[in-house]
Amino acid sequence: MGWTVFYLSLIVLVPVSTLFLKSASLTWHEFWSVATGARALAAYRLSFLASLAAALLNGVFGLIVAWILVRYRFPFRRLADGLVDLPFALPTSVAGIVLTTLYAPTGWMGAPLAKLGLKVAYTPIGITVALIFIGLPFVVRTVQPVLQDLDAEIEEAAHSLGAGFGQTFRRVLLPEILPAWITGCALAFARGLGEYGSVVFIAGNMPMRTEITPLLIMTKLDEFEYGQATAIALVFLLASFSLMLSMNLLQRRKVALPVLG
Amino acid sequence: MATTALAPAALRPPAAVKVAARQDPVLVRRGLMAAGLCFLGLFLVLPLTAVFANALSGGFAAYWAAIKQPEALSAVRLTLLAALIAVPLNVVFGLAASWCIARFDFAGKQLLLTLIDVPFTVSPVISGMLFVLLFGAQGLFGGWLMDHNFKIVFAVPGIVLATVFVTFPFVARELIPSIMAVGSDEEQAALTLGASGWRTFFRITLPNIKWSLLYGVILCNARAMGEFGAVSVVSGHIRGLTNTMPLYVEILYNDYQFAPAFAIASLLAMLALVTLVAKSVVEWKSARDLAASRAEAGEYR
Amino acid sequence: MSIEAREITKRFGSFVALDRVSLRVKAGELVALLGPSGSGKTTLLRIVAGLEFPDSGSVLLDEQETTGRSVQERGVGFVFQHYALFRHMSVFDNVAFGLTVKPRRERLPAAKIKARVHELLKLIQLDWLASHYPSQLSGGQRQRVALARALAVEPRVLLLDEPFGALDAKVRQELRRWLRRLHDEIHVTSIFVTHDQEEALEVADRVVVMNAGRIEQEGSPNDVYHEPANAFVYDFLGNFNLFHARVEDGKAYISEPVNGRPAPANGDRLAYVRPHLMNIDRQTDEPNPLSVRVKHINSAGPLVKVELATDRGDHIHVEISHERYDQLQLKKDEAVFVSPRNMKVF
Repeated sequence: MGWTVFYLSLIVLVPVSTLFLKSASLTWHEFWSVATGARALAAYRLSFLASLAAALLNGVFGLIVAWILVRYRFPFRRLADGLVDLPFALPTSVAGIVLTTLYAPTGWMGAPLAKLGLKVAYTPIGITVALIFIGLPFVVRTVQPVLQDLDAEIEEAAHSLGAGFGQTFRRVLLPEILPAWITGCALAFARGLGEYGSVVFIAGNMPMRTEITPLLIMTKLDEFEYGQATAIALVFLLASFSLMLSMNLLQRRKVALPVLG
Repeated sequence: MATTALAPAALRPPAAVKVAARQDPVLVRRGLMAAGLCFLGLFLVLPLTAVFANALSGGFAAYWAAIKQPEALSAVRLTLLAALIAVPLNVVFGLAASWCIARFDFAGKQLLLTLIDVPFTVSPVISGMLFVLLFGAQGLFGGWLMDHNFKIVFAVPGIVLATVFVTFPFVARELIPSIMAVGSDEEQAALTLGASGWRTFFRITLPNIKWSLLYGVILCNARAMGEFGAVSVVSGHIRGLTNTMPLYVEILYNDYQFAPAFAIASLLAMLALVTLVAKSVVEWKSARDLAASRAEAGEYR
Repeated sequence: MSIEAREITKRFGSFVALDRVSLRVKAGELVALLGPSGSGKTTLLRIVAGLEFPDSGSVLLDEQETTGRSVQERGVGFVFQHYALFRHMSVFDNVAFGLTVKPRRERLPAAKIKARVHELLKLIQLDWLASHYPSQLSGGQRQRVALARALAVEPRVLLLDEPFGALDAKVRQELRRWLRRLHDEIHVTSIFVTHDQEEALEVADRVVVMNAGRIEQEGSPNDVYHEPANAFVYDFLGNFNLFHARVEDGKAYISEPVNGRPAPANGDRLAYVRPHLMNIDRQTDEPNPLSVRVKHINSAGPLVKVELATDRGDHIHVEISHERYDQLQLKKDEAVFVSPRNMKVF
């Protein structure tokens, strides 16, 4: 047992605390100006907004996918179910290059979209597309077990009382799956914030425009500006953690309603 | 346990189809199926197909040539090395940690759980950065390392270390619920019958959690071989020396060598597919075992 | 509101759940579908409700063809074995649910809904629990709420699927009587499914005994108990002793008890005798008396249960009154004679 704690400290705690130590080599003024400089702010905004958009889209479509996988029969259903985990299994750089190639102006998707006047690669839209890919399994896999375990009888009860599909879904099913759905979206969001490999190719990485925070950190590291990189990372981490924490708390309060009898 | 994890859900039986669906209106059913399948087709099937299509765009000969390049082969070797070290190490740690968490109550247990989640919640770039800060030339131990002529960052040890870091929660997270679900009855019985701690562990505990363990190993391995962000920071991209396969893909792509990049990428995609198949098999086997043991329990009642 | 099922057939894969079953229920009747698991009783109920659709045959509610209509359109109230209450809604909201999902034009104003819900809650004597949640209620309370919820929309028909199956014995008995009283008050046409023959006999106006997808017999509780149509009905509605019997000149005589599977041979018939319809005597005038030994006596209950055995080891169960037991002063291993007062020969 003691050995476990030792291993843990070595692998996790020492690296994590270095973060704070390195930051101390900057003056407070330097720290602040870098961490809240225009470039950093643009990066934060892009990371947050793109992750949010991707998480919400995954929320909607992930719910639909979970729904059809659990409730309907169709050919290749098992195959589709297994494939949902592809974004987990596929290395991020592979995802990155294939998505870029697909949505570049010459790509399979990029070309027809360009005809419609929509540019995807090298824009925030492209970043969102990559984040949708990467976050796809989260909502599906958190909602699936809940849909699976839903009692068919409560739906039948609602129907026998005269409720149509929409009413049954809104008033009877949605409250049951809401906590899991929120968790799934939150997980997708958190993953999107930190994502690097699949985004860095499609983004184009133009500072102030399509530079996500992890890339900004990476660039600073390449320039050996360790202090600045640490500062940005620290602020970003703190913001992300507090967001996740508040989402966790919010969710716990929602679920604090009637406990399972 | 609060789930801040960004990991795939724990081992669960494959989905069966619900009965109530017969009641869903036809239009709703058709509409949802269309939307869902289009989404999956667009975001999963299309990219997967594109990887292989692009890999073979120069023909089979070019494909083989790209893979046989010395730099490609050394990338494969490095990837395998990282995985071969990271996976067993994390299996041992995962077993130890999850067993402690599931069986004991101790101060700091919640902290341990949260810390196990850290490599998930932290961006891989930041994870890599932490190692550079620690072991890089200007890092905390940088001076000491240079004096002893031992390189971690921008060298193989750094890559291995970063891989171990980002993959270590996988096994633990799969095992914790599994060990808790199994319960300590059998272990206690074995102990009262005189078996030693280790023997009990190997002959009683392990067989009960074998599927979760295997599942964790599969996930751990997939991530170990596929990790990009953390390793990218630590590696320095030195060709032929510190490139894993995911990194090598990036280098080829940035050099506009698209077909070769996709050739290597296709190897990784095949690994991903093998991972998915292995996952499904383990899920199926574990569900079958569960059903069988439930049936047995029913018979004895 | 009458119910009619005509020639209903339903298969699940190769399993035939219902085989051309026909049933009529008069308006205001309380009918029990009684049978073992797999007899098709629940399937029939669900087909009447519209939760399942038959492979062939039709369902008519109030003489109107309803077979193809969805459950929403049928106006049935359904009560499930495991209550199926909406966890996230209070008792009040559960009961009000049916009233609040009606289309705008038909929906009552909120005040009227509130009044109706409270009226129903008072009827089930749970008005004080209106703002509680299902998880805070006992099983019996939950089932009453489920019933109130089904009644709120004034259904034309009330269907109950093993409504008391998940409850303790005592609660089951209380609710059984309560359901009977409720039905006497409200007179909604009702069908309930049960595998408990005591429940069916006690509560229903009419009992329909089902087995393997067919109706074995239907009639008043008296009819099915005292005049069973066949061995299955007899068996299902109570315990019995089984004997080989001969029929001579319109009279039946029992011989040996049947051991294991009955296999009638050369004119042999089977006689079914209820335990409480057998006599125990020390002397007898019978030409071929059945001689047995007392093996076990259980006097803890309304009747004294005596277990007796023949020389071959076949067991016979007899129930006698306490007075008769006191008269006889039976002892273990005593040799006595048994004879039937009444029996059914099939």
